[in-house]
Amino acid sequence: MIAPVPITLIVNQERIEAMVPPRLNLADFLRDHLSLTGTHVGCEHGVCGACTVRVNGDIVRSCLMLAIQAENATVETIEGLSDSGEIADLQMAFHQRNALQCGFCTPAMLMAAQDLLLINSEPSRDQIREHLSGNYCRCTGYHAIVDAIESTVRARLERAE
Amino acid sequence: MKAPAFNYARASSVQEAIDLLSRHGDRAKVLSGGQSLMPALNLRLLAPEWLIDIGPIADLRRISVENGLLTIGASTRHADLQRSPDIAAHAPLLKDAIAHVAHPAIRNRGTIGGSLAHADPASELPACMVALDATVIVQGPDGERRIPAADFFVGIYETQLLPDELLVAIEVPKRTDGARHFFREYARRSGDYAMAGLAAEAEIDGDMFASLRLSFFAVDERPILAKASRHLIGRPVTEVMLAEACGALGDELAPQDDHQATIGMRHYLARQLLIACVVSLLGRSDLGARVVA
Repeated sequence: MIAPVPITLIVNQERIEAMVPPRLNLADFLRDHLSLTGTHVGCEHGVCGACTVRVNGDIVRSCLMLAIQAENATVETIEGLSDSGEIADLQMAFHQRNALQCGFCTPAMLMAAQDLLLINSEPSRDQIREHLSGNYCRCTGYHAIVDAIESTVRARLERAE
Repeated sequence: MKAPAFNYARASSVQEAIDLLSRHGDRAKVLSGGQSLMPALNLRLLAPEWLIDIGPIADLRRISVENGLLTIGASTRHADLQRSPDIAAHAPLLKDAIAHVAHPAIRNRGTIGGSLAHADPASELPACMVALDATVIVQGPDGERRIPAADFFVGIYETQLLPDELLVAIEVPKRTDGARHFFREYARRSGDYAMAGLAAEAEIDGDMFASLRLSFFAVDERPILAKASRHLIGRPVTEVMLAEACGALGDELAPQDDHQATIGMRHYLARQLLIACVVSLLGRSDLGARVVA
């Protein structure tokens, strides 16, 4: 039996101290230990993108990172982004454009979309598709997701003027 | 699935990592960005007793240029390479290639040392290292070894790295003024594993290749530095020369069949890459049309 190890990290602006087995991945830690179930677990080998979270400001696959590797890190999940209002307009655009059906991929889609919009305030449809290429959606066919992100881009640009 | 249980050790220096590797040998795996190791663990393809996390070793995450020699620390992330002005200036081939490595979230964690030590035959960075004539620097209990990239890759997931050695850096030689590069791969979808790819570095003298390093990937057990380039060097390239090079290329590659592409398709794609490379580097759109693919 391998003993749990202590970790300290910040999750959604809250300091967390926990004991975790070394093999526990960050996605399972967020879901099972912190009850942050907006981070979804699909393929568990880095293909589907459903577990995307932010670590120290960068989006990563939380199924491909151990919880102990998040020692001293700042983690933001969809709950954090949603509660802070950072992506309220993007969420509304997804709703209005029918950019989700079952909703399984949606939290990670929002994460990846917001990541793109922070890097590039005026992405083309091709750039949007490229940035989301690591996130699978089995319902929408992606078109509506690209529409929602594009309309958010336009709205944010108008607000900035 | 979930990863099998393992012991975890955090190395805070290269020496500490080597000490841990000396103690645990091939019962340990080095954890860098984890973007290949974690899937293998979650799929239960590997069950190491120990993971040695080299993430905390700050010295390994750096890009430096001295006298034109580019040195890249093993823990430099793909995203660091993609954004680095030094990489854009001194190894633009790498910058082009990185855009094809998986997806943004993977590139934020994956490291160059991890990719090279993993040695997936379909991955981009090993092939770039061969094209760039880079040197792989490894450290072990007996000190440092410097291994030319062309010798470093041995087979599928197999390198010259010994169980008690750590890949610490890569050196890319100084680029000459006339140097040009080419990178292209065929994949089913953006970010997928390549079915065939080519990373090339050339020196061009007027309308001729003075040198041409063609490094093909996903068409053999390791990146292949194609000798077919000798048909293209030192004379203005003709349709006949290009056809000879394409013919010679077929004998050098030993691609495998899989769910993505057949052996014949991979040979075909490799020839198309060679033609596209020559056309692009020499600016000769007249070439290639009559080569029987």
